[in-house]
Amino acid sequence: MTTAPSTDVTSRPLPRRTLVNPTILRIEMRRLVRNRRILVFTFVFPAVMLVFIGSQITGSDDSMGPHAVANVGAYVMASMAVYGAVMATTSAGASVSIERAAGWSRQLRLTPARPLSHVVVKMLVAVVLGATATLVTFVVGAATGTAHVTAIAPWWQMALVIVLGSLVFAAFGLFMGYLLPSENAMQFLGPMLAILSIFGGLFSGPLPTDSLYGQIAQWTPIYGLSQLAHWPLTLTTTGAHDAFRMAWVLNLVVWGLVFVAGAVWRFRRDTERV
Amino acid sequence: MNAITLRSVTKHFGEVRAVDGIDLTIGQGEVVAVLGPNGAGKTTTIDMVLGLSTPTDGDVAVFDLHPREAVERGLVSAVLQSGGLLKDMTVRESVEYTAALFPSARPVDEALTAAGLTAIADRRIKDCSGGEQQRTRFAMALVPDPELIILDEPTTGMDVAARRAFWQAIHADAEQGRTVVFATHYLEEAETWADRVVVVRSGKVVADGTPAELGAMTAGRVVRATLPDADPDALRALPGVVEVEVRGSSVTLVSTDSDALARHLLTQTAARDLEVAGRSLEDTFVALTGGDAETTPAPEGLPR
Repeated sequence: MTTAPSTDVTSRPLPRRTLVNPTILRIEMRRLVRNRRILVFTFVFPAVMLVFIGSQITGSDDSMGPHAVANVGAYVMASMAVYGAVMATTSAGASVSIERAAGWSRQLRLTPARPLSHVVVKMLVAVVLGATATLVTFVVGAATGTAHVTAIAPWWQMALVIVLGSLVFAAFGLFMGYLLPSENAMQFLGPMLAILSIFGGLFSGPLPTDSLYGQIAQWTPIYGLSQLAHWPLTLTTTGAHDAFRMAWVLNLVVWGLVFVAGAVWRFRRDTERV
Repeated sequence: MNAITLRSVTKHFGEVRAVDGIDLTIGQGEVVAVLGPNGAGKTTTIDMVLGLSTPTDGDVAVFDLHPREAVERGLVSAVLQSGGLLKDMTVRESVEYTAALFPSARPVDEALTAAGLTAIADRRIKDCSGGEQQRTRFAMALVPDPELIILDEPTTGMDVAARRAFWQAIHADAEQGRTVVFATHYLEEAETWADRVVVVRSGKVVADGTPAELGAMTAGRVVRATLPDADPDALRALPGVVEVEVRGSSVTLVSTDSDALARHLLTQTAARDLEVAGRSLEDTFVALTGGDAETTPAPEGLPR
Protein backbone atom coordinates (compact mmCIF):
# COMPACT_ATOMS: atom_id res chain seq x y z
CA MET A 1 0.00 0.00 0.00
CA THR A 2 2.73 2.43 0.84
CA THR A 3 4.67 3.96 -1.98
CA ALA A 4 8.16 5.34 -1.62
CA PRO A 5 7.86 8.36 0.64
CA SER A 6 9.59 11.59 -0.27
CA THR A 7 12.73 12.57 1.61
CA ASP A 8 10.75 15.20 3.45
CA VAL A 9 8.82 12.50 5.29
CA THR A 10 11.57 10.02 6.07
CA SER A 11 13.89 12.77 7.23
CA ARG A 12 11.88 12.59 10.41
CA PRO A 13 13.60 10.15 12.69
CA LEU A 14 11.98 7.04 14.01
CA PRO A 15 12.05 6.91 17.81
CA ARG A 16 14.89 5.36 19.74
CA ARG A 17 13.94 2.10 21.37
CA THR A 18 14.77 3.02 24.94
CA LEU A 19 12.95 1.11 27.63
CA VAL A 20 13.20 3.69 30.37
CA ASN A 21 12.91 7.38 29.87
CA PRO A 22 14.23 9.53 32.75
CA THR A 23 11.71 12.36 32.23
CA ILE A 24 8.82 9.93 32.36
CA LEU A 25 10.22 8.13 35.38
CA ARG A 26 10.54 11.48 37.18
CA ILE A 27 6.96 12.50 36.37
CA GLU A 28 5.63 9.09 37.42
CA MET A 29 7.47 9.34 40.75
CA ARG A 30 6.10 12.81 41.39
CA ARG A 31 2.59 11.62 40.68
CA LEU A 32 2.88 8.89 43.31
CA VAL A 33 4.28 11.23 45.92
CA ARG A 34 1.31 13.54 45.28
CA ASN A 35 -1.14 10.76 45.97
CA ARG A 36 -2.15 11.11 49.61
CA ARG A 37 -3.86 7.75 49.86
CA ILE A 38 -0.73 5.95 48.72
CA LEU A 39 1.45 7.94 51.10
CA VAL A 40 -0.82 7.14 54.04
CA PHE A 41 -1.06 3.41 53.37
CA THR A 42 2.56 2.85 52.42
CA PHE A 43 4.42 5.13 54.81
CA VAL A 44 2.25 6.56 57.58
CA PHE A 45 0.06 3.59 58.45
CA PRO A 46 2.87 1.00 58.80
CA ALA A 47 5.02 3.41 60.85
CA VAL A 48 2.19 4.40 63.18
CA MET A 49 1.10 0.78 63.66
CA LEU A 50 4.68 -0.23 64.36
CA VAL A 51 5.13 2.38 67.07
CA PHE A 52 1.70 1.67 68.56
CA ILE A 53 2.07 -2.11 68.68
CA GLY A 54 5.67 -1.75 69.84
CA SER A 55 4.54 0.37 72.79
CA GLN A 56 2.18 -2.43 73.88
CA ILE A 57 4.96 -5.03 74.01
CA THR A 58 7.16 -4.58 77.06
CA GLY A 59 9.52 -6.46 79.29
CA SER A 60 9.88 -10.21 78.84
CA ASP A 61 7.05 -10.19 76.28
CA ASP A 62 9.44 -8.42 73.92
CA SER A 63 12.02 -11.19 74.01
CA MET A 64 12.24 -13.88 71.34
CA GLY A 65 14.43 -16.08 73.53
CA PRO A 66 17.73 -16.01 75.40
CA HIS A 67 20.00 -16.15 72.36
CA ALA A 68 17.88 -14.23 69.83
CA VAL A 69 19.48 -11.22 68.11
CA ALA A 70 16.05 -9.67 67.48
CA ASN A 71 13.16 -8.69 69.71
CA VAL A 72 9.41 -9.01 69.06
CA GLY A 73 9.35 -5.37 67.98
CA ALA A 74 11.67 -6.28 65.11
CA TYR A 75 9.18 -8.95 63.99
CA VAL A 76 6.41 -6.37 64.00
CA MET A 77 8.68 -4.04 62.02
CA ALA A 78 9.23 -6.73 59.36
CA SER A 79 5.46 -7.28 59.13
CA MET A 80 4.78 -3.58 58.70
CA ALA A 81 7.55 -3.20 56.13
CA VAL A 82 6.03 -6.04 54.09
CA TYR A 83 2.60 -4.46 54.37
CA GLY A 84 3.85 -1.03 53.27
CA ALA A 85 5.93 -2.44 50.42
CA VAL A 86 3.08 -4.61 49.13
CA MET A 87 0.69 -1.65 49.25
CA ALA A 88 3.27 0.49 47.44
CA THR A 89 3.99 -1.96 44.63
CA THR A 90 0.34 -2.90 44.15
CA SER A 91 -0.59 0.80 43.95
CA ALA A 92 2.14 1.48 41.41
CA GLY A 93 0.96 -1.40 39.23
CA ALA A 94 -2.75 -0.71 39.64
CA SER A 95 -2.33 2.90 38.52
CA VAL A 96 -2.76 1.59 34.96
CA SER A 97 -6.48 1.24 35.70
CA ILE A 98 -6.81 5.00 36.17
CA GLU A 99 -4.77 5.57 33.03
CA ARG A 100 -7.00 3.31 31.00
CA ALA A 101 -10.18 4.85 32.41
CA ALA A 102 -8.89 8.35 31.66
CA GLY A 103 -7.97 7.49 28.06
CA TRP A 104 -4.29 8.09 28.77
CA SER A 105 -3.33 4.69 27.35
CA ARG A 106 -5.13 5.67 24.16
CA GLN A 107 -3.37 9.03 24.12
CA LEU A 108 -0.02 7.24 24.38
CA ARG A 109 -0.90 5.33 21.24
CA LEU A 110 -0.65 8.65 19.40
CA THR A 111 3.05 8.69 20.27
CA PRO A 112 5.91 6.30 19.55
CA ALA A 113 5.58 4.97 23.14
CA ARG A 114 5.98 1.22 23.52
CA PRO A 115 3.39 -0.37 25.78
CA LEU A 116 6.09 -2.63 27.21
CA SER A 117 8.27 0.28 28.26
CA HIS A 118 5.26 1.69 30.11
CA VAL A 119 5.13 -1.54 32.11
CA VAL A 120 8.87 -1.38 32.79
CA VAL A 121 8.50 2.18 34.12
CA LYS A 122 5.65 1.03 36.37
CA MET A 123 7.81 -1.78 37.75
CA LEU A 124 10.70 0.60 38.41
CA VAL A 125 8.42 3.05 40.17
CA ALA A 126 7.09 0.10 42.20
CA VAL A 127 10.62 -0.92 43.26
CA VAL A 128 11.56 2.59 44.33
CA LEU A 129 8.30 3.12 46.21
CA GLY A 130 8.46 -0.33 47.84
CA ALA A 131 12.08 0.21 48.87
CA THR A 132 11.23 3.63 50.31
CA ALA A 133 8.32 2.17 52.29
CA THR A 134 10.65 -0.52 53.67
CA LEU A 135 13.34 2.00 54.54
CA VAL A 136 10.88 4.33 56.28
CA THR A 137 9.54 1.48 58.42
CA PHE A 138 13.07 0.31 59.31
CA VAL A 139 14.18 3.82 60.24
CA VAL A 140 11.10 4.35 62.41
CA GLY A 141 11.58 0.93 64.03
CA ALA A 142 15.23 1.59 64.85
CA ALA A 143 14.90 5.26 65.78
CA THR A 144 12.01 4.73 68.21
CA GLY A 145 13.75 1.79 69.84
CA THR A 146 10.81 -0.46 68.98
CA ALA A 147 13.00 -2.86 67.04
CA HIS A 148 16.31 -4.23 68.31
CA VAL A 149 18.43 -6.34 66.04
CA THR A 150 21.93 -6.83 67.36
CA ALA A 151 23.35 -8.16 64.10
CA ILE A 152 23.75 -6.43 60.72
CA ALA A 153 22.92 -9.31 58.38
CA PRO A 154 19.19 -9.57 59.21
CA TRP A 155 18.67 -5.93 58.20
CA TRP A 156 19.89 -6.20 54.64
CA GLN A 157 18.48 -9.70 54.25
CA MET A 158 15.03 -8.48 55.24
CA ALA A 159 15.32 -5.42 53.01
CA LEU A 160 16.38 -7.50 50.01
CA VAL A 161 13.60 -10.04 50.49
CA ILE A 162 10.93 -7.40 50.97
CA VAL A 163 11.96 -5.20 48.04
CA LEU A 164 12.36 -8.08 45.57
CA GLY A 165 9.45 -10.12 46.92
CA SER A 166 7.02 -7.22 46.82
CA LEU A 167 7.64 -6.96 43.07
CA VAL A 168 5.33 -9.95 42.80
CA PHE A 169 2.63 -7.55 43.96
CA ALA A 170 3.55 -4.99 41.32
CA ALA A 171 2.55 -7.73 38.86
CA PHE A 172 -0.60 -8.29 40.95
CA GLY A 173 -1.37 -4.55 40.73
CA LEU A 174 -0.81 -4.52 36.96
CA PHE A 175 -3.02 -7.59 36.53
CA MET A 176 -5.81 -6.03 38.56
CA GLY A 177 -5.27 -2.63 36.94
CA TYR A 178 -5.75 -4.09 33.47
CA LEU A 179 -8.60 -6.30 34.67
CA LEU A 180 -10.72 -3.86 36.63
CA PRO A 181 -12.57 -1.26 34.62
CA SER A 182 -12.76 0.98 37.65
CA GLU A 183 -11.04 4.33 37.91
CA ASN A 184 -10.02 3.55 41.47
CA ALA A 185 -8.87 -0.03 41.55
CA MET A 186 -7.01 0.65 44.80
CA GLN A 187 -10.25 1.33 46.67
CA PHE A 188 -10.98 -2.32 46.11
CA LEU A 189 -7.42 -3.63 46.27
CA GLY A 190 -6.48 -1.89 49.55
CA PRO A 191 -9.03 -3.79 51.68
CA MET A 192 -8.29 -6.95 49.70
CA LEU A 193 -4.59 -6.72 50.54
CA ALA A 194 -5.42 -6.17 54.21
CA ILE A 195 -7.52 -9.35 54.20
CA LEU A 196 -4.82 -11.28 52.35
CA SER A 197 -2.28 -10.03 54.89
CA ILE A 198 -4.37 -11.33 57.76
CA PHE A 199 -5.00 -14.68 56.06
CA GLY A 200 -1.35 -14.92 55.08
CA GLY A 201 -0.35 -14.64 58.73
CA LEU A 202 1.48 -11.36 58.24
CA PHE A 203 0.21 -9.89 61.51
CA SER A 204 0.35 -13.02 63.61
CA GLY A 205 3.37 -14.66 65.14
CA PRO A 206 5.05 -17.72 63.61
CA LEU A 207 2.32 -20.00 62.25
CA PRO A 208 2.29 -23.70 63.09
CA THR A 209 1.48 -25.41 59.80
CA ASP A 210 -0.64 -28.07 61.54
CA SER A 211 -3.18 -25.48 62.77
CA LEU A 212 -6.19 -24.67 60.60
CA TYR A 213 -4.98 -21.06 60.29
CA GLY A 214 -1.56 -22.24 59.20
CA GLN A 215 -3.11 -24.63 56.70
CA ILE A 216 -5.14 -21.87 55.09
CA ALA A 217 -2.36 -19.30 55.30
CA GLN A 218 0.17 -21.21 53.27
CA TRP A 219 -2.04 -21.15 50.16
CA THR A 220 -2.49 -17.37 50.19
CA PRO A 221 -0.19 -14.99 48.30
CA ILE A 222 1.29 -12.97 51.16
CA TYR A 223 2.29 -16.03 53.23
CA GLY A 224 5.53 -16.81 51.39
CA LEU A 225 6.81 -13.25 51.43
CA SER A 226 5.83 -12.83 55.08
CA GLN A 227 7.68 -15.96 56.19
CA LEU A 228 10.75 -15.16 54.09
CA ALA A 229 10.89 -11.60 55.41
CA HIS A 230 10.78 -12.75 59.04
CA TRP A 231 13.20 -15.63 58.72
CA PRO A 232 16.42 -13.51 58.95
CA LEU A 233 15.26 -12.41 62.42
CA THR A 234 15.41 -15.95 63.78
CA LEU A 235 19.20 -15.65 63.87
CA THR A 236 20.70 -16.35 67.27
CA THR A 237 23.96 -15.22 68.85
CA THR A 238 25.32 -18.71 68.17
CA GLY A 239 24.73 -18.18 64.43
CA ALA A 240 21.80 -20.60 64.14
CA HIS A 241 18.52 -19.99 62.31
CA ASP A 242 15.10 -21.59 62.47
CA ALA A 243 14.55 -24.12 59.71
CA PHE A 244 14.21 -22.59 56.25
CA ARG A 245 11.35 -23.99 54.22
CA MET A 246 11.37 -24.09 50.42
CA ALA A 247 7.55 -24.00 50.58
CA TRP A 248 7.86 -20.26 51.29
CA VAL A 249 9.85 -19.65 48.13
CA LEU A 250 7.46 -21.87 46.20
CA ASN A 251 4.48 -19.88 47.47
CA LEU A 252 6.02 -16.58 46.37
CA VAL A 253 7.23 -17.85 43.00
CA VAL A 254 3.98 -19.62 42.07
CA TRP A 255 1.82 -16.63 42.98
CA GLY A 256 4.32 -14.43 41.14
CA LEU A 257 3.93 -16.53 38.00
CA VAL A 258 0.14 -16.43 38.31
CA PHE A 259 0.16 -12.62 38.57
CA VAL A 260 2.66 -12.14 35.76
CA ALA A 261 0.68 -14.49 33.51
CA GLY A 262 -2.52 -12.62 34.36
CA ALA A 263 -0.90 -9.24 33.74
CA VAL A 264 0.55 -10.38 30.41
CA TRP A 265 -2.80 -11.81 29.36
CA ARG A 266 -4.72 -8.62 30.15
CA PHE A 267 -1.93 -6.38 28.84
CA ARG A 268 -1.96 -8.16 25.47
CA ARG A 269 -5.67 -7.82 25.24
CA ASP A 270 -5.41 -4.14 26.07
CA THR A 271 -2.77 -3.31 23.49
CA GLU A 272 -4.21 -5.46 20.71
CA ARG A 273 -7.64 -3.93 20.96
CA VAL A 274 -8.43 -2.21 17.68
CA MET B 1 2.03 13.43 -1.93
CA ASN B 2 -1.25 13.67 -0.05
CA ALA B 3 -1.52 14.12 3.67
CA ILE B 4 -4.33 11.56 3.86
CA THR B 5 -5.40 8.96 1.33
CA LEU B 6 -8.43 6.77 2.01
CA ARG B 7 -9.27 4.17 -0.63
CA SER B 8 -12.58 2.27 -0.38
CA VAL B 9 -12.26 2.19 3.38
CA THR B 10 -14.83 0.28 5.37
CA LYS B 11 -15.08 -0.46 9.06
CA HIS B 12 -17.66 -2.86 10.40
CA PHE B 13 -18.45 -3.52 14.03
CA GLY B 14 -20.39 -6.75 13.80
CA GLU B 15 -23.43 -5.92 11.70
CA VAL B 16 -22.90 -2.17 11.96
CA ARG B 17 -21.19 -0.52 9.00
CA ALA B 18 -19.70 2.47 10.79
CA VAL B 19 -17.68 3.38 7.70
CA ASP B 20 -19.18 2.12 4.47
CA GLY B 21 -16.74 2.82 1.65
CA ILE B 22 -14.97 6.17 1.95
CA ASP B 23 -12.69 7.45 -0.79
CA LEU B 24 -11.01 10.68 0.19
CA THR B 25 -7.74 12.46 -0.37
CA ILE B 26 -6.61 15.47 1.58
CA GLY B 27 -3.70 17.46 0.22
CA GLN B 28 -0.94 19.10 2.23
CA GLY B 29 -1.77 22.51 3.63
CA GLU B 30 -5.55 22.10 3.41
CA VAL B 31 -7.82 23.00 6.31
CA VAL B 32 -10.68 20.53 6.07
CA ALA B 33 -13.83 20.20 8.15
CA VAL B 34 -15.48 16.82 8.35
CA LEU B 35 -19.12 17.46 9.05
CA GLY B 36 -21.74 14.91 9.94
CA PRO B 37 -24.37 13.93 12.46
CA ASN B 38 -23.47 11.81 15.46
CA GLY B 39 -22.82 8.25 14.39
CA ALA B 40 -21.93 9.25 10.81
CA GLY B 41 -18.53 7.57 11.10
CA LYS B 42 -16.34 10.63 11.71
CA THR B 43 -14.59 9.34 14.82
CA THR B 44 -14.25 5.83 13.39
CA THR B 45 -12.57 7.27 10.30
CA ILE B 46 -10.26 9.44 12.39
CA ASP B 47 -9.27 6.43 14.50
CA MET B 48 -8.19 4.59 11.37
CA VAL B 49 -6.19 7.56 10.07
CA LEU B 50 -4.39 7.66 13.43
CA GLY B 51 -3.73 3.93 13.45
CA LEU B 52 -5.87 3.46 16.56
CA SER B 53 -7.91 0.93 14.63
CA THR B 54 -7.53 -0.91 11.36
CA PRO B 55 -10.06 -0.85 8.50
CA THR B 56 -12.16 -3.91 7.80
CA ASP B 57 -11.33 -3.35 4.14
CA GLY B 58 -9.58 -0.73 2.02
CA ASP B 59 -6.39 1.27 2.43
CA VAL B 60 -5.46 4.13 4.72
CA ALA B 61 -2.23 6.05 4.11
CA VAL B 62 -0.86 9.12 5.85
CA PHE B 63 1.88 10.84 3.82
CA ASP B 64 1.97 7.57 1.86
CA LEU B 65 2.92 5.71 5.03
CA HIS B 66 1.09 3.26 7.21
CA PRO B 67 -0.72 5.36 9.88
CA ARG B 68 1.28 3.83 12.73
CA GLU B 69 4.55 4.74 11.06
CA ALA B 70 3.31 8.27 10.40
CA VAL B 71 2.47 8.54 14.11
CA GLU B 72 5.88 7.22 15.14
CA ARG B 73 7.65 9.69 12.88
CA GLY B 74 5.60 12.50 14.39
CA LEU B 75 4.00 13.39 11.05
CA VAL B 76 0.49 13.27 12.41
CA SER B 77 -0.95 14.07 15.81
CA ALA B 78 -4.41 14.59 17.15
CA VAL B 79 -6.61 16.33 19.66
CA LEU B 80 -9.16 13.74 20.65
CA GLN B 81 -12.64 14.56 21.77
CA SER B 82 -12.25 13.74 25.45
CA GLY B 83 -10.01 11.86 27.82
CA GLY B 84 -6.30 11.47 27.23
CA LEU B 85 -5.27 13.52 30.25
CA LEU B 86 -4.41 12.47 33.79
CA LYS B 87 -6.02 14.63 36.46
CA ASP B 88 -3.09 14.52 38.86
CA MET B 89 -0.56 15.79 36.32
CA THR B 90 0.09 19.45 35.67
CA VAL B 91 -0.35 21.02 32.25
CA ARG B 92 3.42 21.21 31.84
CA GLU B 93 3.97 17.60 32.91
CA SER B 94 1.41 16.38 30.36
CA VAL B 95 3.33 18.18 27.60
CA GLU B 96 6.74 17.11 28.99
CA TYR B 97 5.64 13.48 29.14
CA THR B 98 4.60 13.61 25.48
CA ALA B 99 7.79 15.42 24.47
CA ALA B 100 9.90 12.75 26.16
CA LEU B 101 8.43 10.13 23.83
CA PHE B 102 9.42 11.84 20.56
CA PRO B 103 13.03 11.84 19.37
CA SER B 104 12.88 15.37 17.98
CA ALA B 105 10.21 17.17 19.93
CA ARG B 106 9.53 20.87 19.89
CA PRO B 107 10.61 22.55 23.12
CA VAL B 108 7.93 22.17 25.76
CA ASP B 109 7.79 25.92 26.43
CA GLU B 110 7.21 26.62 22.75
CA ALA B 111 4.24 24.25 22.63
CA LEU B 112 2.84 25.76 25.84
CA THR B 113 3.15 29.26 24.40
CA ALA B 114 1.57 28.29 21.08
CA ALA B 115 -1.44 26.89 22.93
CA GLY B 116 -1.66 29.91 25.24
CA LEU B 117 -0.93 27.89 28.36
CA THR B 118 2.16 29.60 29.76
CA ALA B 119 0.24 31.25 32.60
CA ILE B 120 -1.35 28.00 33.78
CA ALA B 121 1.51 25.60 33.03
CA ASP B 122 1.82 24.46 36.64
CA ARG B 123 -1.90 23.98 37.19
CA ARG B 124 -3.17 20.44 37.73
CA ILE B 125 -5.37 19.06 34.98
CA LYS B 126 -8.20 18.53 37.45
CA ASP B 127 -8.22 22.27 38.20
CA CYS B 128 -8.38 23.23 34.51
CA SER B 129 -11.56 24.21 32.68
CA GLY B 130 -12.73 22.21 29.68
CA GLY B 131 -11.20 24.78 27.34
CA GLU B 132 -7.87 24.72 29.17
CA GLN B 133 -7.81 20.93 29.05
CA GLN B 134 -8.52 21.05 25.34
CA ARG B 135 -5.68 23.53 24.81
CA THR B 136 -3.44 21.17 26.79
CA ARG B 137 -4.36 18.39 24.35
CA PHE B 138 -3.57 20.83 21.56
CA ALA B 139 -0.15 21.63 23.08
CA MET B 140 0.54 17.89 23.35
CA ALA B 141 -0.43 17.51 19.70
CA LEU B 142 1.99 20.30 18.72
CA VAL B 143 4.95 18.63 20.43
CA PRO B 144 6.07 16.43 17.49
CA ASP B 145 5.66 19.47 15.17
CA PRO B 146 3.35 17.39 12.94
CA GLU B 147 2.67 18.03 9.27
CA LEU B 148 -0.94 17.03 9.89
CA ILE B 149 -3.06 17.69 12.93
CA ILE B 150 -6.45 16.07 13.43
CA LEU B 151 -9.05 17.49 15.80
CA ASP B 152 -12.07 15.40 16.74
CA GLU B 153 -14.91 17.71 17.79
CA PRO B 154 -12.39 19.90 19.56
CA THR B 155 -14.73 22.51 21.03
CA THR B 156 -17.48 20.28 22.41
CA GLY B 157 -18.51 21.61 25.79
CA MET B 158 -16.56 24.87 25.58
CA ASP B 159 -18.10 28.24 26.25
CA VAL B 160 -18.00 31.01 23.68
CA ALA B 161 -14.80 32.64 24.90
CA ALA B 162 -12.94 29.32 25.18
CA ARG B 163 -14.13 28.35 21.73
CA ARG B 164 -12.81 31.57 20.25
CA ALA B 165 -9.45 31.27 22.04
CA PHE B 166 -9.10 27.68 20.89
CA TRP B 167 -9.81 28.40 17.24
CA GLN B 168 -7.53 31.42 17.24
CA ALA B 169 -4.68 29.23 18.48
CA ILE B 170 -5.42 26.63 15.79
CA HIS B 171 -5.75 29.28 13.13
CA ALA B 172 -2.44 30.95 13.99
CA ASP B 173 -0.84 27.54 13.78
CA ALA B 174 -2.43 26.53 10.46
CA GLU B 175 -1.05 29.67 8.82
CA GLN B 176 2.37 28.08 8.97
CA GLY B 177 1.29 25.53 6.39
CA ARG B 178 0.21 22.68 8.61
CA THR B 179 -2.60 20.47 7.29
CA VAL B 180 -5.58 20.61 9.63
CA VAL B 181 -8.51 18.22 9.60
CA PHE B 182 -11.28 18.67 12.11
CA ALA B 183 -14.50 16.83 12.74
CA THR B 184 -17.36 18.92 14.01
CA HIS B 185 -21.10 19.09 14.19
CA TYR B 186 -21.05 22.85 14.61
CA LEU B 187 -21.86 24.03 11.09
CA GLU B 188 -20.60 27.53 11.66
CA GLU B 189 -17.21 26.28 12.77
CA ALA B 190 -16.89 24.47 9.47
CA GLU B 191 -18.00 27.52 7.53
CA THR B 192 -15.73 29.91 9.42
CA TRP B 193 -12.53 27.92 9.72
CA ALA B 194 -12.34 25.43 6.86
CA ASP B 195 -11.24 25.83 3.22
CA ARG B 196 -13.00 22.62 2.41
CA VAL B 197 -15.95 20.78 3.92
CA VAL B 198 -16.51 17.05 3.65
CA VAL B 199 -19.97 15.94 4.69
CA VAL B 200 -20.27 12.39 5.96
CA ARG B 201 -23.47 10.46 6.47
CA SER B 202 -23.99 6.81 7.39
CA GLY B 203 -20.33 6.03 6.80
CA LYS B 204 -20.15 7.63 3.34
CA VAL B 205 -19.04 10.96 1.91
CA VAL B 206 -22.17 12.72 0.64
CA ALA B 207 -20.67 16.10 -0.26
CA ASP B 208 -17.23 17.58 -0.65
CA GLY B 209 -16.38 21.18 -1.54
CA THR B 210 -15.66 24.67 -0.30
CA PRO B 211 -18.18 26.09 2.18
CA ALA B 212 -19.47 28.36 -0.61
CA GLU B 213 -19.94 25.46 -2.99
CA LEU B 214 -21.81 23.51 -0.37
CA GLY B 215 -24.04 26.46 0.41
CA ALA B 216 -24.89 26.78 -3.29
CA MET B 217 -25.85 23.12 -3.47
CA THR B 218 -29.11 23.89 -1.78
CA ALA B 219 -30.04 27.21 -3.22
CA GLY B 220 -33.58 28.43 -3.08
CA ARG B 221 -36.12 29.46 -0.51
CA VAL B 222 -38.79 27.66 1.37
CA VAL B 223 -42.36 28.68 0.60
CA ARG B 224 -45.08 27.40 2.91
CA ALA B 225 -48.80 27.81 2.37
CA THR B 226 -52.18 26.36 3.21
CA LEU B 227 -53.67 24.89 0.03
CA PRO B 228 -56.43 22.32 0.31
CA ASP B 229 -56.51 19.42 -2.16
CA ALA B 230 -53.12 20.26 -3.62
CA ASP B 231 -51.78 18.08 -6.41
CA PRO B 232 -48.06 17.47 -5.87
CA ASP B 233 -47.40 16.95 -9.59
CA ALA B 234 -49.03 20.24 -10.46
CA LEU B 235 -47.01 21.98 -7.73
CA ARG B 236 -43.80 20.56 -9.10
CA ALA B 237 -44.46 22.35 -12.40
CA LEU B 238 -44.68 25.77 -10.71
CA PRO B 239 -41.88 28.40 -11.07
CA GLY B 240 -38.50 27.21 -9.85
CA VAL B 241 -39.89 24.42 -7.66
CA VAL B 242 -37.33 21.77 -6.76
CA GLU B 243 -38.96 20.11 -3.75
CA VAL B 244 -42.56 19.46 -2.83
CA GLU B 245 -44.06 18.26 0.39
CA VAL B 246 -47.81 18.00 0.97
CA ARG B 247 -49.24 17.22 4.37
CA GLY B 248 -53.01 17.50 4.43
CA SER B 249 -53.72 21.06 3.40
CA SER B 250 -50.24 22.25 4.32
CA VAL B 251 -47.81 22.60 1.45
CA THR B 252 -44.07 23.18 1.68
CA LEU B 253 -42.18 24.01 -1.48
CA VAL B 254 -38.54 24.80 -2.15
CA SER B 255 -38.08 27.13 -5.08
CA THR B 256 -35.21 28.83 -6.80
CA ASP B 257 -37.59 31.63 -7.79
CA SER B 258 -39.63 32.22 -4.68
CA ASP B 259 -40.97 35.60 -5.81
CA ALA B 260 -42.55 34.17 -8.96
CA LEU B 261 -43.83 31.18 -7.03
CA ALA B 262 -45.41 33.32 -4.33
CA ARG B 263 -47.03 35.56 -6.94
CA HIS B 264 -48.41 32.55 -8.75
CA LEU B 265 -49.73 30.88 -5.61
CA LEU B 266 -51.53 33.99 -4.38
CA THR B 267 -52.99 35.00 -7.72
CA GLN B 268 -53.68 31.71 -9.50
CA THR B 269 -54.53 29.30 -6.66
CA ALA B 270 -56.47 29.18 -3.40
CA ALA B 271 -53.28 29.27 -1.37
CA ARG B 272 -53.32 31.38 1.82
CA ASP B 273 -51.20 31.95 4.95
CA LEU B 274 -48.14 32.19 2.73
CA GLU B 275 -44.67 32.23 4.32
CA VAL B 276 -41.32 32.64 2.57
CA ALA B 277 -38.11 31.81 4.40
CA GLY B 278 -34.45 31.61 3.37
CA ARG B 279 -32.56 28.36 3.65
CA SER B 280 -29.81 28.26 6.20
CA LEU B 281 -26.55 26.35 6.04
CA GLU B 282 -28.24 24.05 8.45
CA ASP B 283 -30.96 23.35 5.87
CA THR B 284 -28.19 22.46 3.48
CA PHE B 285 -26.73 20.15 6.00
CA VAL B 286 -30.05 18.55 6.87
CA ALA B 287 -30.81 18.16 3.18
CA LEU B 288 -27.50 16.39 2.73
CA THR B 289 -27.58 14.22 5.78
CA GLY B 290 -31.29 13.47 5.93
CA GLY B 291 -33.90 13.94 8.60
CA ASP B 292 -32.00 11.79 11.05
CA ALA B 293 -29.38 14.50 11.50
CA GLU B 294 -28.82 15.35 15.13
CA THR B 295 -27.22 18.67 14.47
CA THR B 296 -26.52 21.03 17.26
CA PRO B 297 -26.92 24.63 16.24
CA ALA B 298 -23.81 26.63 17.02
CA PRO B 299 -24.20 28.87 20.04
CA GLU B 300 -24.54 32.59 19.55
CA GLY B 301 -21.46 34.71 19.12
CA LEU B 302 -19.19 32.39 17.20
CA PRO B 303 -16.05 34.14 16.05
CA ARG B 304 -16.28 35.27 12.46
